[in-house]
Amino acid sequence: MPDSDDVTPQSRPEGASPEALEANWRRIVDRSTRWPVIAFIASATAWLLIGSLLALIASFKFQFPDWWTQQAWLTFGRVRPAHLNTVIYGWISMAGVGIGTWLWARLLKTELRGGLLMMISVVLWNIGMVIGTIGILAGYSRAIEWVEMPYAAFAFIVPAMAMVVASFLLTLQKRRVEHLFISVWYLGAMILWGPFLVIAFLLPIYSGIPEATANWWYAHNILGLWITPAGLAAAYYFIPKVIGRPVYSYHLSYLGFWTLALFYNWAGVHHLVGGPAPQWLATVSIVFSAMMIIPVIVVAVNHHLTVVGHFEKLKYSPTLRFVVFGAMSYTVVSLQGSLQSFRSWQEVTHFTHYTIAHSHLGVYAFATMIAFGAIYYIMPRVTNWEWESPRLISLHFWTTGLGVGAYFTALTIGGVIQGLQMLDPDVAFLTIVEDTKPWLVVRSVSGTLMTIGHFVFAYLLVRILTKSGTRPEGPTYFHPVPAGVFDRSTGDGHSSDRPSVEDIEEHPGL
Amino acid sequence: MTRSLLIFMGAFAAISMSFTALALLPSLQLSTIEPTPGTDDYTYEEQLGRDVYLREGCIYCHTQQVRPQGFGADIQRGWGDRGSRPGDYVYDETHQLGTMRTGPDLHDIASRQPSRDWHLAHLYQPRSVSPGSVMPAYPYLFEVKPESRVRPSEVTVPISPQYAPPGDSVVVATEEALALYEYLMTLKLEEMSGS
Repeated sequence: MPDSDDVTPQSRPEGASPEALEANWRRIVDRSTRWPVIAFIASATAWLLIGSLLALIASFKFQFPDWWTQQAWLTFGRVRPAHLNTVIYGWISMAGVGIGTWLWARLLKTELRGGLLMMISVVLWNIGMVIGTIGILAGYSRAIEWVEMPYAAFAFIVPAMAMVVASFLLTLQKRRVEHLFISVWYLGAMILWGPFLVIAFLLPIYSGIPEATANWWYAHNILGLWITPAGLAAAYYFIPKVIGRPVYSYHLSYLGFWTLALFYNWAGVHHLVGGPAPQWLATVSIVFSAMMIIPVIVVAVNHHLTVVGHFEKLKYSPTLRFVVFGAMSYTVVSLQGSLQSFRSWQEVTHFTHYTIAHSHLGVYAFATMIAFGAIYYIMPRVTNWEWESPRLISLHFWTTGLGVGAYFTALTIGGVIQGLQMLDPDVAFLTIVEDTKPWLVVRSVSGTLMTIGHFVFAYLLVRILTKSGTRPEGPTYFHPVPAGVFDRSTGDGHSSDRPSVEDIEEHPGL
Repeated sequence: MTRSLLIFMGAFAAISMSFTALALLPSLQLSTIEPTPGTDDYTYEEQLGRDVYLREGCIYCHTQQVRPQGFGADIQRGWGDRGSRPGDYVYDETHQLGTMRTGPDLHDIASRQPSRDWHLAHLYQPRSVSPGSVMPAYPYLFEVKPESRVRPSEVTVPISPQYAPPGDSVVVATEEALALYEYLMTLKLEEMSGS
C-alpha cells in the first residue's frame, strides 16, 4: 500500500515543471467531464426546486388542512411521496452521480470515457423522473415507501443507472494511477450497490410481511449504500483538498470503508421493531445498527481531525464550510441512528415526527450540504467561470444551515413529546394532534427558509452556467483571504499578482 | 485491475448476504403461513377500496400494525385486542404497515368505528366529526348535488350543518368512497385462541 496520497498537495512532485504538467492534465480531465457533470447537476437542481415546492405544499397542509383539497393531485398523500421521490431519485441521486463523475475522472487521473452514455443517461433519468412524479400525483403511486414511482419510471431510471456504471467502468480501465484513493472505493461500491438495490427490490416476488422487511432493507440501504458513499467520497476529497493537508489517517479510512460495507446493509429492518415481522430480523438489524458506531467513529476521526487547527478556513471557503457542516452532521446522524435502533428508544420515537427529523438530518444536513459544497468547487472548474456573488452563497449557506437546524430541532422535540404522549393511554389522540401543531409550524417556516436557499443556489448556478456578469478575478471566497491562509508550502507556482485560469483551477480553495 | 476487483467483490458479497437474509429468507420463512381467523381474500369492491387507500397515500399518516402487549400502549388505547401477526397480511399484495402515526393505527378500525355514516362524513370533511383533526378532506370522493337529483341507489352522507353544502344540495358518496369504506371494514383483528 503506497504511503503517498494522490490528492493532497504534499505528495505532489516538487518543482515547478511537474506542477505545470499536472495542472495541464487536470484541465484536460476536468474538461472531459464537463457536459455530463453540468447536465447531471443542473437536472438535480431542477428536481431540488420541484421537490422543495412539493415539500412546502405538504407541510403547509398541516396548518391549512382544507387548502387545495378539491384537487386530487394536490392531496397530502400524493404530494408527500412526490416530494420524497423527487429529492431522493432526482436531486440527491443525480447530484451524487454528477459529483461522483467529476471525482472519478480526477482521482483516476484520466479523461472520462463513455461521455455519450452519460448524456443519454441523464436524458433517460429525467424522463423517468417526470413519469414518476406525474405518476404519483396522478394517482399511480405504488404506495411502497421510498419506491412510490410507478414501474414505468424505473424502466427509464434503471437503464440510466446502468449507463453510468458502464461509463465509470470504461474510465476505470483507462486509469493512470496505481493507488486508488478512498473516495474511489466509495464511488466504486456505490455504483454497484445502487443498481443492485433498485433491481433487487423491483423484483415482483414480495408481498405481505416479507415485502415490509425487503422494503426497509431497500429504503435504508438507498440512504446508506447509495447516498452516503457519494457524500463520504466527496467529503474525503474536498476536506483535505481545500485545507491543503492529507487525510488524518489513511489506514483508518480503509477500516471505515469495510465496516460500512459489512454492517450498514443489515441495519434497515430496525424500522419493524415491535411490529408483526419475525423479531429475529429486527434483532439482527439492531445489532448491526449498533456496530455502525465503528465506521462512524472512524470517519469522524478522519474528517474532524483533518480539519482541527484549520477552522479559520471555514470563514473563507464556501466549499469547506458546506462540506464540514455535512461531515459533522454525518457524525451526529449516524450516532443517533445507532442509538435509536434500540427497542426502548424505538418504543417512543418510532411512528413520530422524530423519524422525519432524523431522515432530514441524514439526507439534508449531511448529504445535501456536502453536495452543495462539492458543486461550489466543481462548477468553476467545468465551466471555466466563477460564482457571481459570495454574498448570495453566504445567504444560501445560512438559510439552508439554519433552516435544517430549526427543522431538526423542532421535529425532534415535537416527535419525542408525541411519542411519550402516545405511550400514555390517558392522553386523548386529538390532544396529541393538537400538541404537535406548533412544531409543524416551525417545520413550515424552516422549510420555507431552506427553499429560499435553494432558489438562491439555483440562481447562482444559472449565472455561472450562462457565464453571466463580469468574470471575477480568482476564486470566490466569503471574505478577502489574508496572505498565507490557503498558500501551500512551496513551489506551487502561485503568484499573487497574476491570477489566471490555472490559479482558479489549481487553487486549493474555491 | 486486482485492487478494484477486490473492492467490487467485497462490496457485492456484503450486499448479497444481507439481501438473502433480510429480503429473501423472510419470504421463505413466511411462505407457508396460514391466514389468521377472519382474514379473507379481498372482494372486488374491497380491493377497489384498497386501491383508493394506496393511491391517496393513507399510509403516510396511518399505520396498520398494532403493537403487542408490553410494547407501547396500542392495546390500552383500544387500537386492538392483540398485536398484529404475519397471518393478518397474507392477502396484502402491497403491504401498508406504515411508519407514521400522525393519525391513529387502523389495523382494527372496523371494531372500533363500524359506522358508515361516520366514515363517509369523516372522509368528506374530517373536522365535521373530529374537531382539531389535521387530516385532509377528500371532497373529490363525493358529489354535491341537489337532493331532487339523488337516485334511490345512491348513498347520501349526513354532514353536520357547519360543513354541509348550502341550499338543498346534499353530499353523495361516489363508488370509490363506498369501496374505501368497505376496505376499512376488512381491517379487523379477531381474537386468536391461545394468543
